[in-house]
Amino acid sequence: MDALGLLRPAASVSGLPAAHVPHAASGFALGDHAGRAPAAPAEGPGVVASASSGPLQRRFEPYQNNGGTVLAVAGKDFCVVASDTRLGLGYSIPSRKVSRILKMTDKVVLASSGMQADMMTLHKTLRMRLVKYQQNHQKDMSLTAASQMLSNMLYTRRFFPYYTFNVLGGIDEKGEGWAYGYDAIGSHEKVSAVCSGTGQTLIQPVLDNQIEFKQQWGAPKVDLSLEATVELIRDAFTSAGERDIYTGDYVEICKITKDGVEVEEFQLKFD
Amino acid sequence: MASGPSLDFLSTSFSLSRVDDARLTPLQEGTSSAIALPLVDRPANFLRDAFAGAAEKDRLHFAHGTTTLAFVFQGGIIAAVDSRASMGQYVGSGTVKKIIEINPYLLGTMAGGAADCSFWERDLGRRCRLYQLRNKQRISVAAASKLLANTVYGYKGMGLSMGTMIMGWDVSGPHLHYVDSEGTRLKGNKFSVGSGSTYAYGVLDAGYSWDMGVEDAIHLARRSIYHATHRDAASGGVINVYHVKEEGWVKISSDDMMIIHEQVKAEKKAVDDAAEAVEGAAASGAETVAAVGSAADPTAAQDTGDASAASRGDVPPPASST
Repeated sequence: MDALGLLRPAASVSGLPAAHVPHAASGFALGDHAGRAPAAPAEGPGVVASASSGPLQRRFEPYQNNGGTVLAVAGKDFCVVASDTRLGLGYSIPSRKVSRILKMTDKVVLASSGMQADMMTLHKTLRMRLVKYQQNHQKDMSLTAASQMLSNMLYTRRFFPYYTFNVLGGIDEKGEGWAYGYDAIGSHEKVSAVCSGTGQTLIQPVLDNQIEFKQQWGAPKVDLSLEATVELIRDAFTSAGERDIYTGDYVEICKITKDGVEVEEFQLKFD
Repeated sequence: MASGPSLDFLSTSFSLSRVDDARLTPLQEGTSSAIALPLVDRPANFLRDAFAGAAEKDRLHFAHGTTTLAFVFQGGIIAAVDSRASMGQYVGSGTVKKIIEINPYLLGTMAGGAADCSFWERDLGRRCRLYQLRNKQRISVAAASKLLANTVYGYKGMGLSMGTMIMGWDVSGPHLHYVDSEGTRLKGNKFSVGSGSTYAYGVLDAGYSWDMGVEDAIHLARRSIYHATHRDAASGGVINVYHVKEEGWVKISSDDMMIIHEQVKAEKKAVDDAAEAVEGAAASGAETVAAVGSAADPTAAQDTGDASAASRGDVPPPASST
């Protein structure tokens, strides 16, 4: 034993080494819930790898995944951005009604899943930048400008990323609807339909097939109307809510048209 | 603090700064263009350690790009790329533009981290433009690639992942440089970068020659990427081909790899059919010779085989059959 109070190897015999680890000031471990011993990292100051022998150490774990699914689907002259509102933490649900959506301007809406703390900070900083831009340029930020700004902001945190999975949707200066998908450090791409978050693998293939008509060789591509798009999104969320434990409760849908942003909400299952 | 428009874009480089609450207000931190470092002892290890104990589903995965190639030949430079971005096991996108149009006469490719490549190549475009404005002439390809190499060298060891090729046609001709996040900078005539590069090299090296025509070069580049997408799980999607000429670059084509697959299959079939036709002609010719030689000769079959081999020019005909 040393000054840090690390475990002696004999602790592994009791089978519950985690119970003896002093919980020093640290963030929650990802996916942490009672009784599960974390796997210790392989390197670092005074740490030995496996939980079955040698000392364990908690390190600064700044991230947690609060789950949630967000998506953006663009049509010819509209865009729909939607997200669920469940806040998950391990196997718990601390809140059923958390908004993941930021209305940036009348034509641009952002939705972010991932860690709620990082999402809130990112949205706060974005709001400040939007106000600053509006005051300097006497006009609202356009969709293309906002998409590039978000990418740059995410990249300035390249070495300590915002744990957020963003989708941006809106209407550009020409009146066309477009969506942008981002990875955590700002790699972005302009697309017609994108989904991010814990339900991504469930919903994205459906969007690829039904909106972008991928893998439908020879079938004529059909532009969906706003109502048809919203129907599809409702179906996507109800289905994802059944198969993903972190998606559920309520869905917030923002419809962006040349007349502005209209928000509607519907309820998923609370289980 | 200054209330006018920010002139940050005139500074030459992005500085690294330690994010310190006492020093920067949230507005300053959110609006500065400095790249923030975590306030720990070893910032280079921070991101890796943060997820060391995490379950796979909670880990942060960044979009990674894969097979790219470019080569110089008598007609300029051809660059070809795939379009798949994988995030761990998930295909983040099948339509990534891995050829980055830095400006109308400079191209860069993307391999490794997608955000790293697109951010630093966009920054390179900004610095090339500043050079052009300050010096009243276009920057050379060698200088541009060196700017990029020196920039990323400042972040060496911190986890940037970038393998890019900078190419263009300047006053001294077409040039191709390979630059990566380790700080490597190489001038050359032929490069392929990414997880599928070994497959692409095989096809590219076999078919390359300096004197190729433009159409042959494009065809070779497309096929090389196709073979890489076929065998490498992390490559796929659409094959984009660009041609750099003296007047600048031009986009040649953007084809789904399955379309190229059908083309390659058709070409192979045509080659096989032609070979079979040749063999068929040779075999019927050899059968005639054997029949003339001896009717019930036990070595007739052997003669036929040898004769047809002789007609292919491989093996000298037997002196006489016993």
